[in-house]
Amino acid sequence: MGSLKIQDIRKSFGHVDVLKGIDLEVEDGEFVIFVGPSGCGKSTLLRVIAGLEDATSGDILIDGKRVNNTPPAKRGIAMVFQTYALYPHLTVRDNMGLGLKQAGKPAAEIKERTAIASAMLSLDDYLERRPSELSGGQRQRVAIGRAIVREPELFLFDEPLSNLDAALRVNTRLEIARLHRQLKATMIYVTHDQVEAMTLADKIVVLNKGRIEQVGTPMELYNNPQTVFVAGFIGSPQMNLIDGGKLGDTAKTVGIRPEHIQVSAKEGTWKGSVIHVEHLGADTILYLQTEFGPLTVRLFGEHDYEVDGVLYATPDKGRTYRFDAEGKIVRS
Amino acid sequence: MARPTASPFRMGLVHLALVIYTLIALFPVFLTVINSFKDRSAIFRDPLGLPMPKSFSLVGYETVLKQGDFALYFQNSFIVTAVSIFFVLLFGAMAAFALSEYRFRGNTLMGLYLALGIMIPIRLGTVAILQGMVATGLVNTLTALILVYTAQGLPLAVFILNEFMRTVSDDLKNAGRIDGLSEYSIFFRLVLPLVRPAMATVAVFTMIPIWNDLWFPLILAPSDATKTITLGSQVFIGQFVTNWNAVLAALTLAIVPVLVLYMLFSRQLIRGITAGAVK
Repeated sequence: MGSLKIQDIRKSFGHVDVLKGIDLEVEDGEFVIFVGPSGCGKSTLLRVIAGLEDATSGDILIDGKRVNNTPPAKRGIAMVFQTYALYPHLTVRDNMGLGLKQAGKPAAEIKERTAIASAMLSLDDYLERRPSELSGGQRQRVAIGRAIVREPELFLFDEPLSNLDAALRVNTRLEIARLHRQLKATMIYVTHDQVEAMTLADKIVVLNKGRIEQVGTPMELYNNPQTVFVAGFIGSPQMNLIDGGKLGDTAKTVGIRPEHIQVSAKEGTWKGSVIHVEHLGADTILYLQTEFGPLTVRLFGEHDYEVDGVLYATPDKGRTYRFDAEGKIVRS
Repeated sequence: MARPTASPFRMGLVHLALVIYTLIALFPVFLTVINSFKDRSAIFRDPLGLPMPKSFSLVGYETVLKQGDFALYFQNSFIVTAVSIFFVLLFGAMAAFALSEYRFRGNTLMGLYLALGIMIPIRLGTVAILQGMVATGLVNTLTALILVYTAQGLPLAVFILNEFMRTVSDDLKNAGRIDGLSEYSIFFRLVLPLVRPAMATVAVFTMIPIWNDLWFPLILAPSDATKTITLGSQVFIGQFVTNWNAVLAALTLAIVPVLVLYMLFSRQLIRGITAGAVK
């Protein structure tokens, strides 16, 4: 079991309000990702859930029990940190077993649970080593192992992949996804990388300036962003956000994803000249200068376009988003 | 390891300067040691000469050791220094941990207040300290010295350790909290091992003034049972006659323990086990 309910959580440091009233429900076994730009409060929210910070007001319920005054070790959680945070003076085995030892579990049980976790993460060869003798990827696997050994209700990940290089990041991401399927545990994961969020999550929580902007599955967020912020944050390259007035539209802002625009050399809705072309192999990204400002277009496959050439861009029907002055979506 | 850009000539100059400095710094020690092995007339006839078979004499050491109480003086110095260092490190580290780890009202002010002692010499308060010791009946006890030296060492210890403890990763401490370590275990088992080089620095800076101090032993604990080695050596310096053999021998002997302690701590200075903890 591992459900989580957050009710109107607020957190202030002095006069600075970091969290301004967060309500959220996470169901048992869900993989939930908090995503947002730096300073949006996502890490603080995770720390409040973990009990490393006290909320200024509001309630946290894990499995229906209010845990506001429960110390971190008794909340049934485990956390994986960005900087691994392994105990430098302990071997891999002792790093993984320390939590259970503190909880007073018998040695045989600790050994068994450590063995299961190390097999799951193929750490068997490193059990007697110290953290300083491991590579970054191995260290993060040990940190994940330390979380698994505790058999928590709730896994908390605080940007676990940020310190790894690109190739390791993909591998570890796959590993975390596999673990989630295998353990069927509830996981909460914080990242600023929307690709990680889209690939891993059952449910994404987009945070901005201490508030929740939108909660939904990755595809809901992609297809039905409720605010300009979510529209701009989810998706890469970023959605084109154009001033409605310049297009003769009543909406304040009009958004079109780069992949929902077609180009033609002869005719189309908007005329523009090519500023720059990026060839990514599978994709070609065009940057156009139009009369209403810059426009990014994503074409699939390889295309040859000359810089300074004139092109006409046409948005796909029904794929444009219109937002009002407050940044909320306008249903048409 | 020399950087590839440094020419041998430049490196030579740098080393020359260092060698000269070392010679100047070591010269008084060298003079003390060689003269402690010479007889009295040789000390005055040829103070810079090495002890030759003809001038070699252990009379200074014999006097010092025959004086009888010197073992006790050594013991006193050793107890005072070791216990003071222990308390300075313990309380200094605890205060520094609280200042660096916990957010509370007046945190910065408290830190400044604790560091104030670096700027104000404790000797200004000698009269008040003496009155206090008399009132509590602690005059002529080692406890009096230990208390004073602990107070003297704390400001610098808190200041240095506070800075170092800020560098210990928050994630590591939080990982400990989630694993169920108490704040005390986090302090003793996670943080202290990581700031060991800083602790060694503080220990060395605390130790040397305490070992060499003449002022407080003379004022607070001049009795024969509580004399420290520095104070004890003064018996050979008279108003009219000074037994130089004995003074030099006593000073030479006094160097040895402090050298041993220094070597113990400096090993720690070099060895850091932070590697691999974070990043």
